[in-house]
Amino acid sequence: MDPLTPEDVSHIAQLAYIKLSDSESEKMRIQLTNILSQFQALASVDTEGVEPTGHTTDAHTIMRTDEPHPPLERDDVLQNAPDRDGEFVRVRPVLE
Amino acid sequence: MTTRSTNSELHFATARELRTRFDNRELSSVEATRLMLERIESLEPNLNSFITLTPERALKQAEQADQRLRGSGQEPTPLTGVPVMVKDNFSTEGVETTAASKILKGYIPPYDGTAVQLLKEAGAVILGKGNLDEFAMGSSNETSAFGPVRNPWDTDRVPGGSSGGPGAAVAAGECFVGFGSDTGGSIRQPAALCGVVGMKPTYGLVSRYGLLAFGSSLDQIGPMTRSVADCADALNVISNHDHRDSTSVPAPFADFGRDLESGISGMNIGVPREYLVDGIEPGVRSAFEASLKTLEDLGANVSEISLPLTDHALAVYYIIAPSEASANLSRYDGVKYGLGSTGSKTSAEATESARAEGFGEEVKRRILLGTYALSAGYHDAYYKKAQKVRTLIRREFTDAFLKFDALVTPTTPGVAFKIGEKTDDPFKMYMNDICTIPVNIAGLPSISIPGGMSKSLPVGLQFIGPQFGDTVVIQAAAAYERATPWHRGHPPV
Repeated sequence: MDPLTPEDVSHIAQLAYIKLSDSESEKMRIQLTNILSQFQALASVDTEGVEPTGHTTDAHTIMRTDEPHPPLERDDVLQNAPDRDGEFVRVRPVLE
Repeated sequence: MTTRSTNSELHFATARELRTRFDNRELSSVEATRLMLERIESLEPNLNSFITLTPERALKQAEQADQRLRGSGQEPTPLTGVPVMVKDNFSTEGVETTAASKILKGYIPPYDGTAVQLLKEAGAVILGKGNLDEFAMGSSNETSAFGPVRNPWDTDRVPGGSSGGPGAAVAAGECFVGFGSDTGGSIRQPAALCGVVGMKPTYGLVSRYGLLAFGSSLDQIGPMTRSVADCADALNVISNHDHRDSTSVPAPFADFGRDLESGISGMNIGVPREYLVDGIEPGVRSAFEASLKTLEDLGANVSEISLPLTDHALAVYYIIAPSEASANLSRYDGVKYGLGSTGSKTSAEATESARAEGFGEEVKRRILLGTYALSAGYHDAYYKKAQKVRTLIRREFTDAFLKFDALVTPTTPGVAFKIGEKTDDPFKMYMNDICTIPVNIAGLPSISIPGGMSKSLPVGLQFIGPQFGDTVVIQAAAAYERATPWHRGHPPV
């Protein structure tokens, strides 16, 4: 396979919402290229007509009965927010 | 072997032995818990197997357990009054839960995960939270944001990972039972490297509700113990059907200890030759060959089998697990809990900064790898292809279990390695999991037990069973354990 380019890494990092320094980016570029190149042999496995496995149990979507339960305590939940305003979690502006 | 357990070494007793002492009124749970807390205090500067200790809660649970053991209230269980550790990726109400990540420093869950809830109901005494590789991503416990765990057999060496804390703690006698999670070997590999028993049950037997998710189709909770019987007892406590985990399978389950004494005469055991990889250490190979001889002496029919797709398991795993992780870890956005970001102008910048600062290098690497495998243009070539090969790997195992009751392999290609030895080469580190990963891909039950020594370090022996054949691997492991001395060896601590 072709090595990943710096643009590839920057694109993935953006999709993953992870800010990388230039040196981190370059290290990841080399390491991810190396790891992905080890995976190329998978292409040689004949999977014609084979269904993909998502998980190994026969789980399927089920409906539960709609019974009310007490919710988590609001303060117990909100105490974990890094930035809180009373009953709210405060976030930065989504639109500038 | 360095030492053997004697009556004076309570900390190396099995949970069953401890319970017998409780029942005989020789000792109370509070006394046992105090003894553990003292031992932890003296060993922790060297081992670092705990991230959080909860002594007050533990002593309170021990007091309640003592009442229950004395006959007031509910019938005691095999874990009533027994001091245990849970890995720090188990959600614990009111007790900090970090998954060994800086991004969750200070996070206090408002609820208990199902396994923790079941342990509390069973009367277990939870001493604290065990160290691990960050978000369970690692094979050496070196990626923890709270420092590496040291192997009690040789503190210059790793305990394995990601459940390195529970592995080291059970081996060193800091607790009687540890609970870990296993996505690609994270219970069995540290169990092997620390010389204890570790089991990954069939996927779906233990609820994942409240387990901080890594690879949801692969993650499974399981026990780490000093005997196979303790492992069966602990599995009986934590397995159940849970409507809060959609992949939880219907109960009731068998008593996992029902075949502990059944022996393996006439059992057909397969040895998949692909697991004896080129890089296997000579000491591990010779211990394994001696183990095969023991199994034959016990009356098992041992013969070789080929599972050719094993060669692709590592690639399948390191595509599927990071892909699932990249989705699961998107919840750490610096808004709802954990590390936030000050000074960022926009929401996107705040999230990017929190994740840049909060995640360690290995976690970032896997998120990026998974994001790549799932991204437009690569999804079919990587993720979907891996899922198809996963189907074929499952089929290969299903076919093997038409002929064999169980398979046996080394748990790891080598013994515990030096801290820092493999951190520069991620792929080399991934090779540690070569013998354990296929089991998770297929959702099978598997147990690692002490199977010899090499260079004064423990070697693990792994049994793999068919789906829901958990009692079979326990049966085989128990028979081997009775015939060998390895489980009686303890590290010099």
